[in-house]
Amino acid sequence: MSTSSAAPESWISSFCSLIGHEYFAEVSEEFIEDDFNLTGLQTQVAMYKEALEMILDVEPEEDDEDEEEEDEEDESLIGEGGEVAGRERRHHSRMASDLSVIESSAEMLYGLIHQRFICSRAGMQQMSEKYELGHFGACPRTNCMQARTLPVGLSDIPGEETVKLFCPACLDVYVPPNSRFQTVDGAFFGRTFGALFLLTFPDYDLTKRGADVMQDITSRISGHPEILNGFFAKNIAPGLGAGHVYEPKIYGFRVSERARSGPRMQWLRERPGNINELDEARLFAEQNPESEDDEGANTNGRVAVVRRRAPGNARLRQRQQQLQQQRQNGSPMALSTNGAESEL
Amino acid sequence: MTALTNMEDYVSESDSDYTSYWRDWFISSRGNEYFCEIDEDYLTDRFNLTGLNTEVQYYQYALDLVTDVFDLDCEDDMRETIEKSARHLYGLVHARYIVTTRGLSKMLEKYKKADFGKCPRVACHSHPLLPMGLSDVPSVKPVKLYCAKCEDAYNPKSSRHAAIDGAYFGSSFHNIIFQVYPALVPAKSVERYVPRVYGFKVHAAASLVRWQSGRREEMRRRLRRLEVDTGFRDGDGEEGDEDGDVEFEGVDGRPAVVEGAPVR
Ligand SMILES: [Zn+2]
Ligand SMILES: [Zn+2]
Repeated sequence: MSTSSAAPESWISSFCSLIGHEYFAEVSEEFIEDDFNLTGLQTQVAMYKEALEMILDVEPEEDDEDEEEEDEEDESLIGEGGEVAGRERRHHSRMASDLSVIESSAEMLYGLIHQRFICSRAGMQQMSEKYELGHFGACPRTNCMQARTLPVGLSDIPGEETVKLFCPACLDVYVPPNSRFQTVDGAFFGRTFGALFLLTFPDYDLTKRGADVMQDITSRISGHPEILNGFFAKNIAPGLGAGHVYEPKIYGFRVSERARSGPRMQWLRERPGNINELDEARLFAEQNPESEDDEGANTNGRVAVVRRRAPGNARLRQRQQQLQQQRQNGSPMALSTNGAESEL
Repeated sequence: MTALTNMEDYVSESDSDYTSYWRDWFISSRGNEYFCEIDEDYLTDRFNLTGLNTEVQYYQYALDLVTDVFDLDCEDDMRETIEKSARHLYGLVHARYIVTTRGLSKMLEKYKKADFGKCPRVACHSHPLLPMGLSDVPSVKPVKLYCAKCEDAYNPKSSRHAAIDGAYFGSSFHNIIFQVYPALVPAKSVERYVPRVYGFKVHAAASLVRWQSGRREEMRRRLRRLEVDTGFRDGDGEEGDEDGDVEFEGVDGRPAVVEGAPVR
């Protein structure tokens, strides 16, 4: 069982308080103790059982008889690796070399569980609190005006990429400013969390800064905003578009596209002036008045995404009700495919 | 490049063996890494300083300090004021100096060493940055960093750098340098981040990406018609939308369970 009396710090909270681990959420023991959540991890981590015990601060089963050696052993361990108190009680039955293997296995295992946890309801909630306070930092892009970022991985496989910061205002990813994050594995956050966060909390005002929130300015979109492609239209890349695109100038004169050194990348920061230009379903329906509006139309082997829309304002009203419910009882994930079959 | 001609003719070969105490100190001070050293000859040519006497308090003292001829006995308060003026004067002259032939080449050396930092955008793969102003008017906007690969402006990481006046670099220098050294223009890339949920693209983001790709292709057609180099490597950007067939939507009437991360 977990050690709760006299509260030596748990392995999980000491891991999360290490320098460079500021982006991590504290995975709940409940989540870890549910075997279903750990499916498939046994084969990915060496000394899985021992690592799991370490994470949960569980004492190994067969160690009652060597209680007397404890003091002496503890000292040597503390001297060796600056180990945190609270973990020592289970260390005495193992060799130090074993321990460092288990320790690194535990970190790997925690990271992989963390990747799953932050996509669960409880994990999302914890990460949203950190996001709201700007714990993950701000976008370095000047035109994003300090929009808050989210930690993401570019791969779900450990050892490939370090953690990056995803900016929902410009939909781009950046290297964290502090080098201490450049040793944190991106797989511990994973590829899904960033986008899933936006889908889970559609009404965060993505243009708000962490500092604004601390000054008690609301971080949520209010009123009855327009919805497009499953998002509040104003939340689709609010850091892009007119007024947010850098225009190169020399002595006040715009550098022409025709120049060798003229602008070539503005498309990356553009957004249509009329956001409804992104409503591909509507545009498709307008251009093809004959076709059924709820079938994927196959063009060049690609299924165009066409979505059934409720008539009039029904969808919007439905969404408003749903949002109110969400505010009252936490935040259920509202996800759906477009009704098309997956071909992946 | 007509805009440059008034200043770029100025070339100084002789910074000689003269020791420049104040400028040495200024350049090597922590937080001043973005500045290059202005030649003595440039600073002492009054033509280059035209108009600055009204912009800088105690202009003459400040100039004397910068050029190491200041030896006025005065109180600490006064000295501090003149010191501050000297830094301001140096910055304003710096903005003019770095668009001269010599200034450009000094800044180019610093650029090559990535003295101004590297682009934080993942898809830019640590491309070196250049300092830039958003305005040429002093005390309006702090310095930003320009990435020529993604053509965007970024905030300096350190608060020390973030407080420097952007007017000390000006709004033209980072564009002029690529006109003067066209070979430095980096190849542009279509590489980008696409948000995904369990491998599927998010519909709203994906539709924006498709629209932007359309804009890019329009530009490339336009440039090809004009027989202008598009700046992209051949074949880059003709990528298909290979897995765009299924996309997640967020705000929608139908809530669904997210697979793979249940809590019971
Ligand atoms: Zn951004
Ligand atoms: Zn860049």
